[in-house]
Amino acid sequence: MAKTVSSANSSSSSVKRETYLKHLLTQAAAAADESGLPLRAMRDRAVALVGDRTFPTGRDEAWRFTDLSDLLNHPLQRAEKPTAQAMLQSDLSTALSSVENSHQLASVNGYYVESLSQHLTTPDVTIAPLSKLLKTSENVQKLESILDARLARVKGAEEVFTALNTAGFTDVMVVWVKADSRVDEPVCITRQTEGSAMAKPVQGTIAHLRTLVIAEPHANVTLVETFLGEGEATRCNTSVTEMWLAEGANVNHIRIQAESAETFHIAKTAVDQAANSRYQCTAIDLGAKLSRHHLEVYQSGPQTDTHMYGLSALRDRQLADTHSLLTLTHPHSTATQLQKNIVDDKAHAVFNGRVFVAQSAQLTNAAQLNRNLMLSSKARIDTKPELDIVADDVKCAHGATVSQLQADEVFYLQSRGISAEQAQRLLLYGFAMEIVEKISIDSLRQVLSEQLTAWAR
Amino acid sequence: MINENAKTILSVRNLHANVEGTEILKGVNFEVKAGEVHAIMGLNGSGKSTFSKVLAGHPDYEITKGEVVFKGENLLDLEPHERANSGVFLAFQYPLEIPGVSNRDFLRVAYNAHRKANGEEEVDVFDFDDLVEERSEIVKMDVSFLDRSVNEGFSGGEKKRNEILQMALLEPTLAILDETDSGLDIDALKIVSNGVNQLSTPDNASVLITHYQRLLNYIIPDYVHVMAQGRIVKTGGKELAQKLEDQGYDWIVAEEAVA
Repeated sequence: MAKTVSSANSSSSSVKRETYLKHLLTQAAAAADESGLPLRAMRDRAVALVGDRTFPTGRDEAWRFTDLSDLLNHPLQRAEKPTAQAMLQSDLSTALSSVENSHQLASVNGYYVESLSQHLTTPDVTIAPLSKLLKTSENVQKLESILDARLARVKGAEEVFTALNTAGFTDVMVVWVKADSRVDEPVCITRQTEGSAMAKPVQGTIAHLRTLVIAEPHANVTLVETFLGEGEATRCNTSVTEMWLAEGANVNHIRIQAESAETFHIAKTAVDQAANSRYQCTAIDLGAKLSRHHLEVYQSGPQTDTHMYGLSALRDRQLADTHSLLTLTHPHSTATQLQKNIVDDKAHAVFNGRVFVAQSAQLTNAAQLNRNLMLSSKARIDTKPELDIVADDVKCAHGATVSQLQADEVFYLQSRGISAEQAQRLLLYGFAMEIVEKISIDSLRQVLSEQLTAWAR
Repeated sequence: MINENAKTILSVRNLHANVEGTEILKGVNFEVKAGEVHAIMGLNGSGKSTFSKVLAGHPDYEITKGEVVFKGENLLDLEPHERANSGVFLAFQYPLEIPGVSNRDFLRVAYNAHRKANGEEEVDVFDFDDLVEERSEIVKMDVSFLDRSVNEGFSGGEKKRNEILQMALLEPTLAILDETDSGLDIDALKIVSNGVNQLSTPDNASVLITHYQRLLNYIIPDYVHVMAQGRIVKTGGKELAQKLEDQGYDWIVAEEAVA
């Protein structure tokens, strides 16, 4: 008897998930129509992909520790074109807009906002939303053929939320750096979302944010992606950033997620690295109720250099999940990864770091480390290194630590006249700063270190 | 420097302390007056390091009996940071590494905590930089060490010099140096000893905890105490250290057995 009931329940919840995914797809299609972007074939492919997929549950290995069922309680409506075009006045947004000589691309609810953007036009780099490029490009046909080759083409695009994003993004922030050019000023892409007048706060809104970065051979650029939000409304932002690093290109990617408290942030950064290219990601997760970042690096040539740094500082019932994938298929590459998590209250950090070293990737030198600091006995950490190494002449190190603040360290600081509370703050700050220090922009590093000081209270 | 009329800084009477239920200190009596340099020697496990940690307020030790009066105040009532701010300083045998916190920031926070606790105004970054760079000279420490994480990647000798730099900034009334000489080569030993000697005044006092007479060639003690089985069992002048170096500790243990 009990069995029948449970199976009925499970099938009804699977129907519920299926219905929900269909609902999201309908909303995505409406957003795609609203965008007016001529990407019919790509949208159709994405819709078909989503149709073949299911809404993830805890039984999917990739979602074992991150429970999305709460999302099902919110019949999300697509986020509308913004009315008020005022930027959030947060410390972060102020810091970003004050980055000297920076290129600024701003979007609200996934729609480009010209008045908040600022481009320093140079012949070396194109920085613009796709909606604008299509209108201004001298050679639309060429643009379309490049889009066809580069948009939704990095491996992993068939994953359900990535496909949903492809089906429903309302614009694409394009950063395209020409060969041999160096963009000295950072390119800041700022994403904010605001509540909708139509949707009830509990119903919530969904926006699909998309970025495309093309770095031609030996191009060099620093990219800052920031996700900002405030207020109590329920939101879901999916974000997909595709990056193509041609031979010898160098992309320094800084990613700051400071979404509002009731936001589900489901993101993907997919990077294709050609020979001798260098990619560095420094990802800071501070906000959102639930955030997930897939960071996927695929190698398409030898001797690449990859650095993945991450910090999540979480409290209350926040969850942040970093799922990284490094796929090495060519020889002589180096990679370092350091993911640090701090969890307080009932917060939950998840790290899954997969490294695949194919037979062809001889002489790889890779190191992965995940360090976790638990400030509360009710916090939770799940960490899972996944090394799959086929090549036999490689150096691959990995490690994971979970610890509390060390009593001896606190005592050492106390013995110098620093109170126990202040000592704990200083140690927390030190733990976090190891990642923040990787950020090359002084003003941004400064504001983040202030925020982390405030976070540590 | 012994001055019979000097003020008593530290007075320890019949101090007993446990760690995890095992008694380590079994009735320590010890008195320090202003201007004095004391050395406490003894074998491993005699309780020397425990004594220093108990004075600094390490949370692992439980005081079961006795009292400690520091500058007229009951030291055992104070939190570790309050002890530090009232003038107790412990140079650690194994200084800890604090990744991500620059030495400069750490020193400034500690220095300002002292000033605040003593009713003085905190100093700003610029004034502090001048001060810390000047004090770095005392231990011949390159200023580049100030911008590295606290003790991270420092050699043994650099860590010990960093301890003395902290002492130079905090200007304690009572400095307890726990095996500061261990792991130092002769040059580093001279630098560290010089630093300690420069900081010595008629108003403060030092307690050197050491295994070896070596350090005492550079910092001349007024008193040498021998600790065994959790008590101070013998006290003498600096010649006692030489005798221990020549003859070892067996004769003291034998004397103890007779007594």
